[in-house]
Amino acid sequence: MTGYLGIDVGSVSTNIVFINEDNQVLEAIYLRTQGQPIRTVQHGLRELAKQLPASTIIKGVGTTGSARHLTSVVVGADVVKNEITAHAVAASQQVPGVQTVLEIGGQDSKIIILRNGVVADFAMNTVCAAGTGSFLDQQASRLNVPIEEFGDLSLRSNTAVRIAGRCAVFAESDMIHKQQMGFELPDILAGLCEALVRNYLNNVGKGKEILAPVAFQGGVAANIGMRKAFEKALGVEVHVPKHFDVMGALGAALLAKDAVAKGKTTRFKGFGVADSSFSAGSFECDGCPNLCEVIEILEQGVTIARWGDRCGKWANALAREEEKIS
Amino acid sequence: MKVTFPHMGNLYICVKGMLEYLGIEVVLPPPCSKRTLTLGAKYGPEFACMPLKLNLGNFIEAYELGADTIMMAGGCGPCRFGYYAQVEHAILKDLGYHYKMVVLEPPDKHITELTARISEITGRKSWLQVIRAIRYGYLKSRAVDEVEMLSYKIRPRELRMGETDRALAQALKEIEKADNPQELKAAALRGKEIMYSVAVDPHRPVIKVALIGEIYTLLEPFANFNIERHLGRMGVEVDRSLHLSEWINDHLFMGLIKGIRSSKAYRESAKPFLNHFVGGHGMETIGSISVYARQGFDGAVQVFPFTCMPEIVAQSIIPKAAAAADMPVLTLIVDEHSGEAGLITRLEAFIDLLARRKHHRAMGQ
Ligand code: SF4
Repeated sequence: MTGYLGIDVGSVSTNIVFINEDNQVLEAIYLRTQGQPIRTVQHGLRELAKQLPASTIIKGVGTTGSARHLTSVVVGADVVKNEITAHAVAASQQVPGVQTVLEIGGQDSKIIILRNGVVADFAMNTVCAAGTGSFLDQQASRLNVPIEEFGDLSLRSNTAVRIAGRCAVFAESDMIHKQQMGFELPDILAGLCEALVRNYLNNVGKGKEILAPVAFQGGVAANIGMRKAFEKALGVEVHVPKHFDVMGALGAALLAKDAVAKGKTTRFKGFGVADSSFSAGSFECDGCPNLCEVIEILEQGVTIARWGDRCGKWANALAREEEKIS
Repeated sequence: MKVTFPHMGNLYICVKGMLEYLGIEVVLPPPCSKRTLTLGAKYGPEFACMPLKLNLGNFIEAYELGADTIMMAGGCGPCRFGYYAQVEHAILKDLGYHYKMVVLEPPDKHITELTARISEITGRKSWLQVIRAIRYGYLKSRAVDEVEMLSYKIRPRELRMGETDRALAQALKEIEKADNPQELKAAALRGKEIMYSVAVDPHRPVIKVALIGEIYTLLEPFANFNIERHLGRMGVEVDRSLHLSEWINDHLFMGLIKGIRSSKAYRESAKPFLNHFVGGHGMETIGSISVYARQGFDGAVQVFPFTCMPEIVAQSIIPKAAAAADMPVLTLIVDEHSGEAGLITRLEAFIDLLARRKHHRAMGQ
């Protein structure tokens, strides 16, 4: 069997998918990054290797997520892409003709506008945390509702409570207030979903033309209450793709397939990298008052990458005349 | 008297040259750094914008090096930059830094208001000498802008990563070192030569992106996370809607020097969307979009500091102006909480968007 790997390493979670030549997701691995991206990726590769037949040939690898560059030097990737492009590519494949992608993950949320299959516009949340998954997690635990039950419970609501959702701080105090007034739990949960959706549409989706088909992805898309709230607010059907929680990784895998399509051989170092010894060191450069924290990645004791320097003096020292892959 | 002034990109080369030409001792603040911003953010008001915080940091760091007089620009109109000099002076005083502050701003009543302020710094130098010095400062800014503009074209096409940056630093050093008009002429030529010596691939396809927005964050690389370099390395040829020499020509020389770009064209093009002065460069930001679109640029990036009023007004109008010009515009807002990684993700995605758009258009024809 031959196929492609997509690896999405974010600050909260790490996802790895394996797709076959027909773009089908055959394996998907979800791990918590826990501040250790290299170890998590190695662990994920080891798991994946166990699940794939020994004869599997990896023809291409793509990385995305905030640790995409780090991951790419560790595993040897053929393409390195930002999360926005990766999500758009995956959405186009999963929801044919998609024109709007709503994505809410743990820390970030974004909107991607596609026209004729091409990204035409996008926006990401800036500093506001009220529109992200971690906010929902927090409120759910405050209400003692397991996050898995959140959505179903909220669907039992008849009249959603209006909750001020402009800002996480206000939303929280308003929600406590509504709780004290004796509103039913399902109504509060449904209200919370609507508040989050309002916040998202006002902050992230502001000024964007939202046209159907609409795809809703990212961890929060598991919450059926959120999907309903979006449908209510937008007045159109909202599709949650089958692989909604690993769309970044799927996009990276699809891009990797593209990148090697012209008969290029992959740079993938093989599943053996799971057992290679990588270490990340750092030092403070005292070349100027920026005092940059320069990160170094070492493989078996040899420096293979460096970054974090504002002036480029350290990264440049290592730069080879390399073909650009990002 | 030891005069200092705030940093704004390579502004220092021209102001320092001008002051030294008049025999005035200059204390240059160290280049903007994390320390500068940390100092400024610590002592500046939380809701002030990034330029105020960096100015403040510059002044504190220059004081440590012995500066005793600040030369600062003022302004009028709806942008609060106009009273920054006063606010900064008051903060510095509270902190125990005893500075003399000379604010140069357009006179309200009579030109003597301005000339009196200038003489506070120049002392007994004749006006002819002052005018010559200003002209000299202008020539330096012109030389600086010319090598910077070369770097826009060279960086995305360089064969060895980082070479353009090294050449640019060297070229700027040459221009800075020159200390009279004759030497400057030679230095400007040497600077260009240095830039041209960078090995490039002239056939590499590039994406063209205009950098538009607020003047300080456009000109100061520390404030914009060195956006020109990041884009250049992604294979993007940039142009900045504002250069110092053009600004000087527009605002101090009233457009006297011909043959260099003027912001007037931007203001004209803004009219269908924004027909009113909103302070700062709000009008220019809007108008530059269609100007750049006509010049065949693929997209534009608007950069401004968090809480900047003129640019917020512009941002809310951009969707219309961008749709009319059929050119995507990405907005980047910076402050001391901005992270470089998030900025790069947005830039990469934007460049992808532009590249795919371009590709599809080429296929469609
Ligand atoms: S890496 Fe460059 S910018 Fe950073 S501290 Fe060292 S010399 Fe300064």
